Amino acid sequence: MSEDSTPAEKNSGAARLVHPGERLNVSTDIVPGHGIRQVGEDFVVMRMGTLRENGKTISVDPLSSRYVPRSGDLVVGYVEGMTNNIWFLDIGASFNAILPMSLAPWKVEFGAVREHLNVGEAVLCRIQEVDETHSAVATMKGMGLRKLKSGLLEEIPPHIIPQVIGKGGSMLQTLKDLGQTRIVVGQNGRVWLDGDYSGMSKVRAALKMVRETAHLPGLKERVNALTDE
Amino acid sequence: MGYGDYQCMDENGIREDGRKADEMRPVEIECGVIPVADGSAYIKWGKNEAIAAVYGPMEAHPRKIQRQDRAILDVRYNMAPFSTSDRIRPGFNRRSREISKVTRDALESVVDLELYPRSKIRVEIEIICAEAGTRCCGITAASVALADAGIPMSDMVVSVAAGKCNGIVLMDLNKPEDNYGEADLPMGILPMTDELVFLQMDGDLSMEEFQLAWDYNIKAAHEVHAIMVEALKKRYGGDI
Repeated sequence: MSEDSTPAEKNSGAARLVHPGERLNVSTDIVPGHGIRQVGEDFVVMRMGTLRENGKTISVDPLSSRYVPRSGDLVVGYVEGMTNNIWFLDIGASFNAILPMSLAPWKVEFGAVREHLNVGEAVLCRIQEVDETHSAVATMKGMGLRKLKSGLLEEIPPHIIPQVIGKGGSMLQTLKDLGQTRIVVGQNGRVWLDGDYSGMSKVRAALKMVRETAHLPGLKERVNALTDE
Repeated sequence: MGYGDYQCMDENGIREDGRKADEMRPVEIECGVIPVADGSAYIKWGKNEAIAAVYGPMEAHPRKIQRQDRAILDVRYNMAPFSTSDRIRPGFNRRSREISKVTRDALESVVDLELYPRSKIRVEIEIICAEAGTRCCGITAASVALADAGIPMSDMVVSVAAGKCNGIVLMDLNKPEDNYGEADLPMGILPMTDELVFLQMDGDLSMEEFQLAWDYNIKAAHEVHAIMVEALKKRYGGDI
């Protein structure tokens, strides 16, 4: 195993598939992590996924997930609607995020929101805050946050983002080199690609492969094989 | 053949379809049959066939159905018009409403709804071919689809039914046994703890018969559970 592999890849040699309701036999000093709940003495698996032990924590890496916003996340949103002073963004979560005109990077006249962002347009934004009922506020004030006018967007499930980025961004760099494209990975699983068409096609094919086989070991080797072709 | 004339078992204790009293029909499950759904499952249970699909969690609409502290389950059980010999009029009817409700109640006891406030999880169950025991089929398929969708849940509900025909307690009644029989006992079981989350009884059973039917159901639930787990693992290429 190469040094560059992500923690998920490191464990994947011994990864065990678990299903909801499964009881785990663990020693007493282990604590339950994501996807595991302690019921009395038992550790109960709460979702379908692969088991992962990290020090004293045991958790489940899901095989299927939906984006749940956290404050500070960099995400790609689609404008779904607006009022006089607010845009509603589809960020791939259960609920639309709001983008108030006060958090847009432009000087927006009240009632003129459509002149800056119209329905269907994509923006790179950051989640400013999330409340306990999962309502999110997005902001476009910040470095690199902008309307996306070129390139294309690809979607990956949020739980495989760590693998797409790789340790220290190594996998992402491999993908960038593969197609000579600019790539931004949003925490909501939307990946923005920009470059020439053939390069973007290569990266899309690579992302498709990653999407389908992220839970299997040897991901890095497979992506490298694509690069060598 | 009139009511009461039906003979469900021969002198060797073998039923019309070749099973013994405590045997169930063969069950096959496949995951991920609906690619656009967040989770899905196909189940073939004897001649019964059903597909369950799960979408969400998503925003619950209209807003009056939202719960501020948890998600709601929106379960829809439906039989296809062509699923039985006499055509079923499309749309909700009293029976499908009832089954949707009991399925929702059974699934609510395992799904971790508090994680998704104000949301809705949509569970669609479509019966393609019906031959007695479709509610069990639907609940089981819905559990697999929910697990496939990555929805957190403390266990998977397995639903099985036993009943009585010609005074004999039988596991997993088929169509004639159900039609001419005296009782039917569908149960929803959590196989890890043998807890009960759903029970209906149609007809009468004595205490002893009820106990026997119960024991049959618990045993069958474990068999079906093994098939469910295998189907889920098979989707991702088995143990890695």
